[in-house]
Amino acid sequence: MAERDKQGRPLVAVTGIGVVTSLGQGREDNWAALTAGRSGIHAIGRFPTEGLRTKIAGTVDFVEAEPFCAPTLSERLAMLAAEEAVAQSGAGRAGDFPGALFIAVPPVEMEWPQREALAEASGESDGVTYPGLLKAAATGQFKPWHDLFLFGTVADRVADRFGTKGSPISLSTACSSGATAIQLGVEAIRRGETDAALCIGTDGSVNPESLIRFSLLSALSTQNEPPEGAAKPFSKNRDGFVMGEGAAALVLESAEAARARGATILGYVLGCGERGDGFHRTRSSPDGAPIVAAIREAIEDAGLTPDDIDYVNAHGTGTPENDKMESMGCMAVIGERMKSVPISSNKSMIGHTLTAAGAVEAVMSLMTIREGRIPPTINYRTPDPAIPLDVVPNEARDASVGVVLSNSFGFGGQNTCLVLGAEPKG
Amino acid sequence: MREVVVTGLGIVSSAGEGIEAHLAALTSGAAPRIDATTFAPYQVHPVVPLEWDRQIPKKSDQRQMEPWQRLGVYAAGLALDSAGAKDDSGLKGRMHLIVAAGGGERDYAVDGQILTGIRKAENPGVYLNERLMGDLRPTLFLAQLSNLLAGNISIVHGVTGASRTFMGEESSGVDAIRIAAARIASGQTDIFLVGGSYNAERPDVLLVFELGGFLWKKPFRSVWERPPEGSGLIPGSAGAFLVLEAREHAEKRGAKALAKVAGVVSERTRRTPGAVKSAVERHWQALGAAPEAVVLSGATGVAGVTEEEQEALRSLGAATVHSTGDLFGHTVEAQAPAGAVLGAALVQAGAPEAVVTSVGHWRGDGLIRLTRAE
Repeated sequence: MAERDKQGRPLVAVTGIGVVTSLGQGREDNWAALTAGRSGIHAIGRFPTEGLRTKIAGTVDFVEAEPFCAPTLSERLAMLAAEEAVAQSGAGRAGDFPGALFIAVPPVEMEWPQREALAEASGESDGVTYPGLLKAAATGQFKPWHDLFLFGTVADRVADRFGTKGSPISLSTACSSGATAIQLGVEAIRRGETDAALCIGTDGSVNPESLIRFSLLSALSTQNEPPEGAAKPFSKNRDGFVMGEGAAALVLESAEAARARGATILGYVLGCGERGDGFHRTRSSPDGAPIVAAIREAIEDAGLTPDDIDYVNAHGTGTPENDKMESMGCMAVIGERMKSVPISSNKSMIGHTLTAAGAVEAVMSLMTIREGRIPPTINYRTPDPAIPLDVVPNEARDASVGVVLSNSFGFGGQNTCLVLGAEPKG
Repeated sequence: MREVVVTGLGIVSSAGEGIEAHLAALTSGAAPRIDATTFAPYQVHPVVPLEWDRQIPKKSDQRQMEPWQRLGVYAAGLALDSAGAKDDSGLKGRMHLIVAAGGGERDYAVDGQILTGIRKAENPGVYLNERLMGDLRPTLFLAQLSNLLAGNISIVHGVTGASRTFMGEESSGVDAIRIAAARIASGQTDIFLVGGSYNAERPDVLLVFELGGFLWKKPFRSVWERPPEGSGLIPGSAGAFLVLEAREHAEKRGAKALAKVAGVVSERTRRTPGAVKSAVERHWQALGAAPEAVVLSGATGVAGVTEEEQEALRSLGAATVHSTGDLFGHTVEAQAPAGAVLGAALVQAGAPEAVVTSVGHWRGDGLIRLTRAE
């Protein structure tokens, strides 16, 4: 078996995967739900939704976090996903993971319950001000919140739990963050810096302000009834994405190290492509050139050609803009054949897990390869004539899938594509 | 492994704009610029007034950014200018970007009004929804989002090879340089724009530090002199970026190498007594730094770790130690990039080598060693 790719770099194997989403905890439950076409999107129960245009999300409500806020939930979700991945891989020993940590985490900031507690402690009865909040902070009563609201804390705690090596990288590339975490791990293994990397994407940030921020940008579906019908990627009547929560973890190892310890290889990350877009903060270049370049680069980096792509795990958010541009990008690279290459969106069921999405979808891509079954794009009732693709409508399909292209695109001109495969092409 | 050289430098802070202003401030020994009134009893080092148009020509772009992003975009522009890359769209199209960033900036008036009203609201959750829906500026989100400093650099300056944003306070600045250098050295990428920015002049960031008791509230003292009297950092506003590239890549395009990145170490040493001292010593030795290196210390003034760093530098025989915290305050994610900018400038100006230290106020410890380019 090859241990180097065509460019002479160490091949990067995946030896462990773990996932938690609104569909459930663990890869088996998630896979069963996804291939059954079941949606995890529901009415939000975590906070009142009166006065909001969007009242639904794919929140993870079965995981406790204390004090409840985005960093603690994101941390819990990351831990669950990583426990599953690390256990499956068998790499290292408990608390002694033999490599680096790359973790995509949602940007952290203090949330309203904490602001309200500080306002209460400030003694300012009418006219709460930041000087008042600072006065309350100065009492030292809220000391743990300093650590809680640092950007590096989730990574610090995950690194402590798993005993990863070196300075952990917390990163954000908006909605492509999960894919970037994997890409950083691939690059570190290819440079020979580490034999293993724990790559995680996590997001537990469905709270009123984050939902309202996306809502004010008109990015979210407002089709609240029925909730499970709201995410409609590639449909003509798609009207935005649905926020979701979740986490996924992948243990990457050099193929050589994985084989040397007799690990089961689940698949390979064969290639990564990335391109920035300087056109606009939230919109893609109208010609799709950066998306096209990122897809092309990922395929070339894998040593493959567009004809080798068997299935596309779409970014597929269900916004009018994304799905049009993604379709255009795939068509531009894969050509006429793209009309018969299956492409489906996990987000039709899970929602958009934002920071986690690229990692969640990489895990599902590997499951697709291993199980020989493609999860559907649900809620596909009204085809969009501008998107002449096989979106695996509504029902899962058996298929032999050797190579998957997984796309991730984000605000700020972030475009990251991964090519995952059952085997490196000899 | 390929050699990694520095070919562009950009910096703005309370000490001024550009390299010359900063080197002059380093040697003049003048007192740093401090604003002790706006956020009293807290002090900040406010950035010097900047003509934004010089690096961010479109007003519409300026309006889409909060100050932390504008500072970064401005400093990134200075670095591109100094690397002779600003007008080379082909080069910028394949230049990669790593930004060390926090995020945020809030609408302070809106926050205050909501916090005042929510207590009297019949249904606080519904009240919060209504106020946020009505009062938040839609574009504020993008001006808060961590990766939008990188996004704005792509938009304003056309750096679009790839872009990644590292978060995690001080460590993110060291790691940004570490990973950029490693990718160049290994041949994965030829050229990077790397750096960060921080706006200290905002109460929400003061709040996070004050929760943990990390702010210095007494009259100004050097970071080294604070621990006997207390503990704490004084935040400073800054943006700092470097252009790093493979030596042969720089030579081929005729760019002048200002310094060489000889090595970067970044760790997350568990903070038991004495651990930071031994970490700094260990990193110094791992990088093969010499006592004659000029040290750009990122020491914060936080008690414990500041003395330990000082003891380590003494035991290593470091002859010249500048505190960037004394020069322009603690700039968090931008602290290591700012130190590296000054270190590279000092090496270019004749210092045999420079070592940048970054011991985070709460976690993380890293060193960067820069040596002469020739």
